[in-house]
Amino acid sequence: MELQELIINMGPQHPSTHGVLYLQLKLNGEVVLDCQPHIGYLHRSIEKIAENRSLTQFIAFTDRLDYMASMNNNLGFCLAAEKLLGITAPPRAQYIRVIVAELNRIASHLLAISTFAQDLGAYATPLFYALRDREKILQIFDQLCGQRLTYNYLRVGGVSGDIPVGVDLLIKDFISYERRMLAEYQDLLTGNIIFCVRSKKIGILPKELAINYGVTGTSLRASGVKWDLRKDEPYLAYDKFDFNIPTGQNGDSFDRYYVRMVEMEESLKIIEQALGALPEGDPVAKVNKVFRPTGETYMRTENPRGELGFYIVGDGNPFPYRLKVRSPSFSNLSVISHLVKGLNISDLVCVLGSLDIVMGEIDR
Amino acid sequence: MNYPLIDLVFLVVKGVYILAFFAVNAMFLIWLERKVSAKVQNRLGPMVVGPHGSLQLIADTVKLLLKENIVPSSADRFVWWLAPFFVAVPTIAAFLCVPFSNVWIVRDLNVGVLFICSITSVCVLGVFMAGWGSNNKYSLLGGMRAAAQIISYEVPLLLSVLVIIMEAGTLSMQGIVHAQEAGLFLLKPNVMVAFLVYLISATAEVNRVPFDIPEAESELVSGYHTEYSGMKFAMFFLAEYANLFIISAVAATLFLGGWIGFFRPSAVWFLLKVYGIISFLMWVRWTLPRVRMDQMMAFAWKILTPIALVNILVTGLLLVLKG
Repeated sequence: MELQELIINMGPQHPSTHGVLYLQLKLNGEVVLDCQPHIGYLHRSIEKIAENRSLTQFIAFTDRLDYMASMNNNLGFCLAAEKLLGITAPPRAQYIRVIVAELNRIASHLLAISTFAQDLGAYATPLFYALRDREKILQIFDQLCGQRLTYNYLRVGGVSGDIPVGVDLLIKDFISYERRMLAEYQDLLTGNIIFCVRSKKIGILPKELAINYGVTGTSLRASGVKWDLRKDEPYLAYDKFDFNIPTGQNGDSFDRYYVRMVEMEESLKIIEQALGALPEGDPVAKVNKVFRPTGETYMRTENPRGELGFYIVGDGNPFPYRLKVRSPSFSNLSVISHLVKGLNISDLVCVLGSLDIVMGEIDR
Repeated sequence: MNYPLIDLVFLVVKGVYILAFFAVNAMFLIWLERKVSAKVQNRLGPMVVGPHGSLQLIADTVKLLLKENIVPSSADRFVWWLAPFFVAVPTIAAFLCVPFSNVWIVRDLNVGVLFICSITSVCVLGVFMAGWGSNNKYSLLGGMRAAAQIISYEVPLLLSVLVIIMEAGTLSMQGIVHAQEAGLFLLKPNVMVAFLVYLISATAEVNRVPFDIPEAESELVSGYHTEYSGMKFAMFFLAEYANLFIISAVAATLFLGGWIGFFRPSAVWFLLKVYGIISFLMWVRWTLPRVRMDQMMAFAWKILTPIALVNILVTGLLLVLKG
């Protein structure tokens, strides 16, 4: 009898490819020999759309890139536009931006760790716990800007509205609540022997490989590289806050998960400090009604998934001449074929879950 | 005294009773599972159809009955069609030897334990047939996993049951219960170990978390029953929950003294113990992640089987020493 390799087309419709990702797998029994990611099923030509929208109009489209962290996308784009136009947001706006960005980082990480647990086979229970906590963040955002997923809250030069009365109390409640819950998740997941056995030493990403592939964010830090733009290239008021950058040692799936867990605690610390030192003043700078960008600029910020960069070229028209998005998930996904060779198909799902990709920003 | 006609009538009545219990019990268990999972996950679960969703399963059954039965165009039609029966029929047959009370048992075979253990292993054939016949790669992987898993966990399962057979000196289910009237087997340390081994391997036997590898949703979509729809899917589903009942019933009978209790009717005690074990397994299911295929096989052969073997040795020694 002749033995044949089994080729499985995993996706674009599959429960754990985190969106419309298509992985072409070559299997020997259950061992992955080769894994080729194919993308493009969610392409909406957002970069081309940007050439027909004014900068303010395009903010709403950045929401649709990484839809798990829309605030951070808004922030990245607004900072890039401000850098190009030479605008500085007032201090109050900067602090509000830090608060919403960190809140959204927590919401995004909550989903990342819980879907990771789901991929490891913990049926929906961690997911429901995380969604319950994320719901509180969404309610805060709902009060801030009236939206729950695509916020369109930030503006070039500030934020669209000041923090309403009472929301700061909501956020304070959330901080103490979430600290309690994070301890619970540590018990439920980090303390679970099956969870550890399944994720430790699986999908080890060496430091050099991570740097060569441009892997950023939690995946890079899990490999032991202490690189976080909030510390290394501080934007907004991040240099005024006291927080740590957690790093891993082995670069395996467990480290990628654990770095996210610790990062949520650090984010809570940042929010607490920012809320305590919230300056008075206008939430938005005095800016022109119509922006006419000239020249080019590149601005990168630390998204929950890594380095989000916006490259904008303007030629004096209200619409940018060209806009390019450097999305973290794209680089993070590209490394997967190196990580999963020789692993079991169950481990492939584990590695994919630990990379925490969002197809919205890969395909754009 | 021989009345063939009356015997026949009794046989039919008992058959109807088994089928009715099979269906009602499975429906109740599905409802219970949904409620338990909802409780674990801070949800309400089914609430709309009937009080606390109690009629939800009837609505679901009607839906499954009315659904179109889709056959994949490249499926091996005969094997594909036969597979659900191979899963459901042995499970129903296993109810033959379940002692609900001191009189309430269809037939107290003198090899009752062996009968239940052997007939439920036929299910693996159906599972593999489903995986093969669907002509779907995920299903095939699921079927292969299921075959490997069920066969390897059969070993520690039977070895742990052997301890009870040695203690009781009989293979008859009623005989084992009667042997425990003086005192439960579970109070002995070697039986406690056997109970633990039994529970773990029985969980693997019915493909439940943390051993739900054959139907691993996040990897294999739905494993071997991915392609099934309508009533064929329902048969897999019902058989799964009936199997859950069988393994819990065997556990209750062998280790917890079956229908022995403080008052009558004794069937109440039996059902209490069975549903207690089932609730425990449900709690486990909604808490733990899944282990990997190779880890699970290593666990069966390198840990559970040696423990069970040593346990048999210890039991034998203890019995000999007692005389």
